[in-house]
Amino acid sequence: MSGQIVSLAGTVAVPGGCSSKGNGACGSSGGASDMPAEIWEKVKNHPCYSEEAHHYFARMHVAVAPACNIQCNYCNRKYDCSNESRPGVVSEKLTPEQALHKVMAVAAKVPQLSVLGIAGPGDALANPHKTFRTFDLVAKALPHLKLCLSTNGLALAEHVETIKDYNVDHVTITISAVDPEIGQHIYPWIFHDHRRWTGLDAARILHERQMEGLERLVAAGILVKINSVLIPGVNDAHMAEINRVVKAKGAFLHNIMPLISDPAHGTHFGLSGQRGPTPIELAAVQDSVEGGAKLMRHCRQCRADAVGLLGEDLGAEFALDKIEDEPVFDPKVREIYMNVVEQERADRQDAEDQARRRSGGTGEPLLVAVATKGGGRINQHFGHAREFQLLEVDGQSVRFVGVRRADNYCKGGYGEEDSLEAIIKALTGVSAVLVARIGDCPRHTLAEAGITVVDDYAHDFIEASALAWWGRVMEKAGRISA
Amino acid sequence: MAYKIVASQCTGCGACEYECPNKAISEKGGIFIINPDKCTECEGHFDSPQCAAVCPVDGTCVPA
Ligand code: SF4
Ligand code: SF4
Ligand code: SF4
Repeated sequence: MSGQIVSLAGTVAVPGGCSSKGNGACGSSGGASDMPAEIWEKVKNHPCYSEEAHHYFARMHVAVAPACNIQCNYCNRKYDCSNESRPGVVSEKLTPEQALHKVMAVAAKVPQLSVLGIAGPGDALANPHKTFRTFDLVAKALPHLKLCLSTNGLALAEHVETIKDYNVDHVTITISAVDPEIGQHIYPWIFHDHRRWTGLDAARILHERQMEGLERLVAAGILVKINSVLIPGVNDAHMAEINRVVKAKGAFLHNIMPLISDPAHGTHFGLSGQRGPTPIELAAVQDSVEGGAKLMRHCRQCRADAVGLLGEDLGAEFALDKIEDEPVFDPKVREIYMNVVEQERADRQDAEDQARRRSGGTGEPLLVAVATKGGGRINQHFGHAREFQLLEVDGQSVRFVGVRRADNYCKGGYGEEDSLEAIIKALTGVSAVLVARIGDCPRHTLAEAGITVVDDYAHDFIEASALAWWGRVMEKAGRISA
Repeated sequence: MAYKIVASQCTGCGACEYECPNKAISEKGGIFIINPDKCTECEGHFDSPQCAAVCPVDGTCVPA
């Protein structure tokens, strides 16, 4: 067990974003400095809310809530809810007791585990008994875990007191419209007050209930994150308004997620040909509302039974039938891990500060992609990377701008041409990709596409390396303005 | 005077079980079934059969 910790800490270390802020705290993707201290204190070790924490702490979701009380046009209820989770996947449905068993097993093997979330596969509050029973069991067994839940907000207001009683400090509400005229094109119906509502009525009630839930949570001192699903042609022009409204009501983060739409999922949008946004469109909308509620660009839209760090999903390894009978969690192991993390975070910040001093100035911002397994280091082989972290570096600051997914192109050692092409597409606009290792062939193909491959910083801290690389490039080009 | 669930369409979400005023619905092997002896079609409780109103798959909770 401790071997695992050491290996993690050894390969790992930094945060994604907000380099330039003194204490290295990178709040949301935006930075700790734009977040009140008491909120940063609450979220800094939460992988979902802090890009930095994503590198050190693991989260897991347990799928104890299969029922839902609304219908979304991007959802097909044969699969998981696509509010928080990805559509087209089916999670292992658990009873609260089974969920506890699974959480114990993960906690025993993964000392990084810090957060337990209930995000479906339906709506956590359409199944209030199962959700709260799970929280109850887990809070008694593993009091150090933070609890969070995700909801569409319809049944939220009446549960705020209970949510507070269970010490849930983070709630995510999915709000994709704050105008029922727009909402009606996203939600065909809701089940409320013992009947089904459709059309404008449904959208209006949902909107009112969401706003009330949001207000009550904020009044109760519970952190609220808003997820919005970006649906081109439906709510893209509306996103700034959503951002304004939820920010005014006290949401501390606003996460804009792309609609994932595929006819094979059998969703209304999938079947009607409604497409999702391209990475460029998504980034453009995120940019247009930047500075509103802090944006969460690192969100992976994990499945409802996800387990792990960053984009990693160990869910399959912890399927119920693979878990031993009496998993034992050892708090000492976690303590050791926490100490290692403290040290890594400090070292990471030092390395970054030094790199900044050495970079020799500031200038044209460049976009780099990083292959990392977590821990804030460039520690992943290009061919094993399922996603790349995108950073914008200008010699003085390193800003985390998002995650680009690329499905594992290296299957069993040989690259597949098509998937490499897909990665190149996903890396549009990127000047260089920082990796631990890469094969000759993909290195060539990437170079031809205008993307430099850099493996000189293998296993080094991400920010410091990005700054050093930027300095090198600019020096060569003679373009540093001190 | 009872509803039934079309087994081939049920997703097993359990939303209906939670809403039924008569505890007429229970799980069996991952999907849900209605006990016709307990089902009153929600008469006297609500205006419409709750299972049909909440079920995400149209045409799954139907008159038996
Ligand atoms: S869904 Fe988003 S917020 Fe939740 S664990 Fe995954 S990355 Fe974090
Ligand atoms: S119709 Fe009403 S009483 Fe009958 S099973 Fe459905 S919810 Fe229960
Ligand atoms: S609500 Fe519909 S899909 Fe869900 S369990 Fe009941 S019958 Fe099955």
